[in-house]
Amino acid sequence: MTELSSKDLLGIEDLSKGEIELILSTAESFAEVATRTIKKVPTLRGRTVVNLFLEPSTRTRTSFELACKRLSADVINISGPSSSAVKGESLKDTAKTIEAMHPDVVVVRHSAAGSARMLADLMAASIVNAGDGSHEHPTQALLDAFTIKKHLGCVAGLHVGIVGDIAHSRVARSNIAALTKLGAEVTVIGPPTLMPACIEDLGVRVSYDFDRAIGDLDVIYLLRIQLERQGRALFPSLREYSSLFGLNVRRLSLAKESAIVMHPGPMNRGVEISGEVADMDRAVITDQVANGIATRMAVLYLLVGGGETESAADQGR
Amino acid sequence: MRQASEVMDGPAVSRALRRIAHEILERNCGGRDVALVGLRTRGVYLAQRLTSEIAKIEKIELPVGELDTGFYRDDIGLAANPQVEKTEIPFDVNQKHIIVVDDVLYTGRTIRAAMDAVTDFGRPATIQLAVLVDRGHRELPIRPDYVGKNVPTSRKERVTVHLSELDGDEGVWIGEDETS
Amino acid sequence: MLLIKGGRVVDPANNLDGVADVLVKRGKIEAVGPNLKSGEATVCDATGKIVAPGLIDMHAHLRQPGREDEETIRTGTRAALRGGFTTVCAMPNTEPCADTASVIQLVTALAAAEGAVSVLPIGAITKGREGKEIVEMGELVAAGAVAFSDDGTSVGAAEVMRRALEYSRMFDVPIIAHCEDGSLALGGTMHEGCSSTRMGLRGMPAAAEDVMVARDICLAELTGARLHVAHLSSAGSVELVRQAKRRGVRVTCEVTPHHLILSDCDLLFYDTNLKVNPPLRSARDRDALRDGLLDGTIDAIATDHAPHARHEKEVEFVDAPFGMIGLETALPLLVEHLVTTDVLSPTQLIEKLTTGPAAALGISAGTLSVGAVADITVIDPAVSVTIDVNAFESCSRNTPFDGVRVSAAVTDVIVDGAWLLKDGEIEG
Repeated sequence: MTELSSKDLLGIEDLSKGEIELILSTAESFAEVATRTIKKVPTLRGRTVVNLFLEPSTRTRTSFELACKRLSADVINISGPSSSAVKGESLKDTAKTIEAMHPDVVVVRHSAAGSARMLADLMAASIVNAGDGSHEHPTQALLDAFTIKKHLGCVAGLHVGIVGDIAHSRVARSNIAALTKLGAEVTVIGPPTLMPACIEDLGVRVSYDFDRAIGDLDVIYLLRIQLERQGRALFPSLREYSSLFGLNVRRLSLAKESAIVMHPGPMNRGVEISGEVADMDRAVITDQVANGIATRMAVLYLLVGGGETESAADQGR
Repeated sequence: MRQASEVMDGPAVSRALRRIAHEILERNCGGRDVALVGLRTRGVYLAQRLTSEIAKIEKIELPVGELDTGFYRDDIGLAANPQVEKTEIPFDVNQKHIIVVDDVLYTGRTIRAAMDAVTDFGRPATIQLAVLVDRGHRELPIRPDYVGKNVPTSRKERVTVHLSELDGDEGVWIGEDETS
Repeated sequence: MLLIKGGRVVDPANNLDGVADVLVKRGKIEAVGPNLKSGEATVCDATGKIVAPGLIDMHAHLRQPGREDEETIRTGTRAALRGGFTTVCAMPNTEPCADTASVIQLVTALAAAEGAVSVLPIGAITKGREGKEIVEMGELVAAGAVAFSDDGTSVGAAEVMRRALEYSRMFDVPIIAHCEDGSLALGGTMHEGCSSTRMGLRGMPAAAEDVMVARDICLAELTGARLHVAHLSSAGSVELVRQAKRRGVRVTCEVTPHHLILSDCDLLFYDTNLKVNPPLRSARDRDALRDGLLDGTIDAIATDHAPHARHEKEVEFVDAPFGMIGLETALPLLVEHLVTTDVLSPTQLIEKLTTGPAAALGISAGTLSVGAVADITVIDPAVSVTIDVNAFESCSRNTPFDGVRVSAAVTDVIVDGAWLLKDGEIEG
């Protein structure tokens, strides 16, 4: 497999195992660029990428922006609120306006699930979903799989525990899809009030007891926790959450020596992760950030390509 | 497809590489500040063969880099993107004489990409080009410094290079393109 | 005089299913029987077609007054006519809402002037549909209200619902309950289940409906009033109604065509036309609804025709309003999915669209009995048609069924003795 079947990257759920592997191996090649003195290649010279961030995000937007710049693409950042009531324009009109600028890729972050698909249907440009509500965040899952591969050699056969607010997490959904497709075993860990309905149907196991589950894990993936979701308290207090599901040195001592700790950021130190654990070498959180750039470069490269057959290019030497 | 005809056999490939090794040494003062960069995939093997030939002659170990020109292609978006492999240049290219090594020289576009890539790593003293086969039909003002064999071809023909490290057998064949 | 010849007459009220002619005279059914003769009568050839009593839709949103861009009494009743409905109940969530006699009178007057079919207005249960004070039911009934409903939301306070049920006993009209526990369903946009989890949308659990159905049944039992549960969607609420009926509670209920045909699995591409309330539920719930129709637990099929402006639906899924239109697609879809697949017989389907809703409302329509008002619908059950929203009479286009092929069509409709739909075309 040398190319992706869709013009867009909307979710891991739409990708085959082969497509995920293609992105990961391509990311491997792009990771080398970051080691150079001049961290820039001309690959997407003259291409226009619009970063449409209709929900506040610093790290994902910066990561995409840097990925674009290292590929020599021209990148424009548009940010604002998701709500059309505040913005004064519907998403459809925003899409039509951006489309008129003829971008090659639109990277979109939006608070509404399904909004990336809506844009994909409205626009000729390739759409990259950088997070749509509680639905998916595919590049996060890809960079996470890339990071796991780097540290543990492979993904297949590993046991990954995802801990926290599974119900409202697009990171959890995309990671569950990617990891299970790549052959890992996934257990979601958290209080029942943070578990969405029928989560087992996604091919994962559920545990409400972190201390018991942690010993089997190769990867401990912590999600950012918020006490209130749209005005509803889904657990009694951050203190109780931290004592039941926070990762501290004591709890980490129950894990395998080789287990790594991951977090999509930004971390709440002292809530889902203790400061000591966050600063350990086995917490590979900053590697995730670095790998995010290479993974996003790979995604942009693969989406902008396409066209005729491979042998035509092969013969052009 | 019409039967491909052999233009170089295994021993001929070896002889050509040995000769090129000598020429590289001759033109670069015994190999001082020379480094080789092989273009993926077969150029990398050819570069390794050249360094071992040079080692036999001069008892020096020249550094070898591996380069994928995928990032520098001029047809991104026009044709399907080939899978890009990893680039590894484990030495400082500044002030070095860089010998770019590839198996077949054709339009010259890959070499253009390779030169851009090399200069992104620094400012070499010179960039030189070694190829096993030059089949003509240049589309850019590029000429090789070291050639194993000049093989006149038509654009319809396809040149196939096999190296023992990768393909088991070794040689160069010319035949009608399967796609035409 | 009009003679409908040679059709298969399906009249559940009279246990009739066989080839017969129907003679209409001075707006009434004159005779039903084989080989009727009438020299001067206009003839409607119904050979190969089903001749049924005019269909009754006890749950439609006609949007007038207030949202005439979405639907009007005129366009809504023309859509009804196209769809074979000769009687339509107009839900009261208009702007202003139908909580006073004057709004009911306005609807009645507009219907008399511009309506293509009969319109029966439904009044709000509480003033402003706020769930606090009950409306002047006596005045509204006198103005023509046939039932009361705060459709769109439940009456939150059980005490208010109790008083409404009690008070309605004086007029013997049903209270139509939209059953949804607001706190359980808060912020939900679809059924809570595997699909909502995959799509990352907040779900509305089936229990949000079930607990409110249970509460309202208890209150109906307490008060002895007539409760009609609108748009049942869950297996749990079907079972609750089934048990209540067994206990003799005065409860009836309805289901929409879309809840009988679709499920939450159909939403995966975030089509806002599939965003309805109550939400499309699981396939198991859909099967329970079908069972409920068959064993008589569910009395009626009602469209919950809910027109919405295009720009309001062309937004992010979470921001889109709930509802789809249904008047012009209900019958063909029901025949396609339930009759041709032998889930229901033609008689059973017609019953749920005629005598079922008529009994729930306590009105005399929905029969071909001699002397009854001549409301008649003629259906071609063997014709291939593609649903085309651009041909709709409705002002709105929010249906997920555009472009779908169906194998049935309403060809002719007689309203109050007048042949208004001829061969699929509206006269005048």
